[in-house]
Amino acid sequence: MRFIIRRLGFFVVTLWAALTVNFFLPRLMPGNPATAMMARFHGRLSGQALRALEVAFGVNTQQSLLVQYVTYLRDCFTGQFGRSLTFFPDSVAQVVFQALPWTLGLVGVTTVIAFILGTLIGMIGAWGRGGWFDSILPPVFIVLSAFPYFWIALVAILIFGITLDWLPVGFGYTNGSAITFTWPFILDVLRHAILPAITIIITSIGGWILTMRNNMIMTLNEDYVRMARAKGLSSARIMFDYAGRNAILPNLSGFGMSLGFVVSGAILVEYVFSYPGVGYMMLQAVLNEDYPLMQTLFLFITLAVLLAILAVDVVTVLLDPRTRSAG
Amino acid sequence: MSAVGTLGRAILSNRKATAGAILLAICVFMALFPGLIAPGDPNAENFMPGQGPSAANWLGTTSYGQDIFAQFIWGARASMIIAVVAGLLSTVLSVLIGIAAGYLGGMADGVLSLVTDVFLVIPAFPLVVAIAAYSKSGGNGLIIAVLVITGWSYGARQLRAQVLSLRHREFLTAARLRGERSWRIIVSEILPNMTSLVVANFLGASVYAILTAAGLQFIGLGNVNVDSWGTMLYWAQNNEALQAGIPLWAIAPGLGIAVLGGAFALLNYAFDEISNPVLRPVRRTRRARRGS
Repeated sequence: MRFIIRRLGFFVVTLWAALTVNFFLPRLMPGNPATAMMARFHGRLSGQALRALEVAFGVNTQQSLLVQYVTYLRDCFTGQFGRSLTFFPDSVAQVVFQALPWTLGLVGVTTVIAFILGTLIGMIGAWGRGGWFDSILPPVFIVLSAFPYFWIALVAILIFGITLDWLPVGFGYTNGSAITFTWPFILDVLRHAILPAITIIITSIGGWILTMRNNMIMTLNEDYVRMARAKGLSSARIMFDYAGRNAILPNLSGFGMSLGFVVSGAILVEYVFSYPGVGYMMLQAVLNEDYPLMQTLFLFITLAVLLAILAVDVVTVLLDPRTRSAG
Repeated sequence: MSAVGTLGRAILSNRKATAGAILLAICVFMALFPGLIAPGDPNAENFMPGQGPSAANWLGTTSYGQDIFAQFIWGARASMIIAVVAGLLSTVLSVLIGIAAGYLGGMADGVLSLVTDVFLVIPAFPLVVAIAAYSKSGGNGLIIAVLVITGWSYGARQLRAQVLSLRHREFLTAARLRGERSWRIIVSEILPNMTSLVVANFLGASVYAILTAAGLQFIGLGNVNVDSWGTMLYWAQNNEALQAGIPLWAIAPGLGIAVLGGAFALLNYAFDEISNPVLRPVRRTRRARRGS
């Protein structure tokens, strides 16, 4: 229990850090960039919206920094993120909640698939170390993980989208079709998701393989594995229940570190495929100097990553009895 | 001199390290002497635009009539500089914070570890994009600064763990009892024992810097007039090179980034094996003996 409470504390501190970075970034930059943005939108915004922006970016206010900071934190907690300038008059929250499901679906599913596949490949590679499987798959995927996500995406578009013309190369569903929960629409969404999903999987799998393989090699040298062999247990049982089960724990705790990296890559993948998720929206916001939208998206991406890590922490507690008793 | 010899032997004895070192050497040569391979101005618009590969233009030409091969060769330098400088600086930061946290312990360790973990978990790329977007005139200096700020935490965490595992070894206790000053213990007793980890960190940080910088340049943040692989990709994407039948415009620079990143990743993978003998590849003969 203490473990979970400590992780919750970490969750709160990190979220606060992200909020604070968000607050101070525009204020620290030379010649507050928000001033230029507000000048562009002058006259197009109502007085109230303008004042909200002034509070958010610290322009033209007589308030002290502390008061601005407290107001900003309160606005974030009550979900008042202001209006998007790109998708005016939609509120930032509306834009974010339209984009969020796409990214959660794409990145969530691909991360789980990559984790499972990578863990399996690492496990089997370490088991048959030096064999053909181990000398081909792990090195190939580790080199692939050094490739830029967006470039793999471009190559996938070139091969499967343009040359072979098998799959659609952009957007989340066929343009113009209504979003409904019918089979044709769901299949359409899946067809559009194949290329971005494969791109994310093949570039993110290498990290999981490397750590799992190294952990597995270590656990295979442990005495309890030798004991299991001596007892004459089947190979599969030793591989999965004895060595694999213990080797997977460090991989799970490494999940948090890798997730930020995967999400970063996914942003560019979404951009290349014009996939309507938060990454694509974020880059749209950047190109249009829509700072309120950009900041809110950054916050939500951080929040999603933190929640995923918290979920992994809970899984770790379930799998590893040591975290339950000790602190 | 003998240290260089040892390193050289280690690289030659490991196939992955050899492959990585060769790829890296090619990139270094391109970065140092682009004029020898592709003389002239890589941005000169001297050719028919949008051509496929030919004897005059090995990789074809861009929509602006520039030689893609020349642009590719000249693009190596910027990526290389960013990789090495950002990699070095973030390694220095990792070493400082990681060792300080591990060596000082107590309150200082608590605070430094917390900061490290926070930086580790906050998704770097959206943050990098936000910073780059706010500061319009983003030159190489700004990109490097941002990469260092977001890239040091992973290494710091690993180094701290290593210091903790060294802390209670006898040679350190002996040094303390001799009355050595802390900084001397750190510099001449702890650091030499972590060389391989520091090198691995540098390699990892460089891969991160290469990929992130390329991503930033690809979406047009930073200076779009710099000769670099990321900017080439930006212009290729803006001119729909894939659809326009000149895919090499986008493929060549991406391959450059991949080769450079892959070279660092291979060296890193090999360094893991060199510094941790348990992970070294086993020869089939040894397995056969165990089986008999």
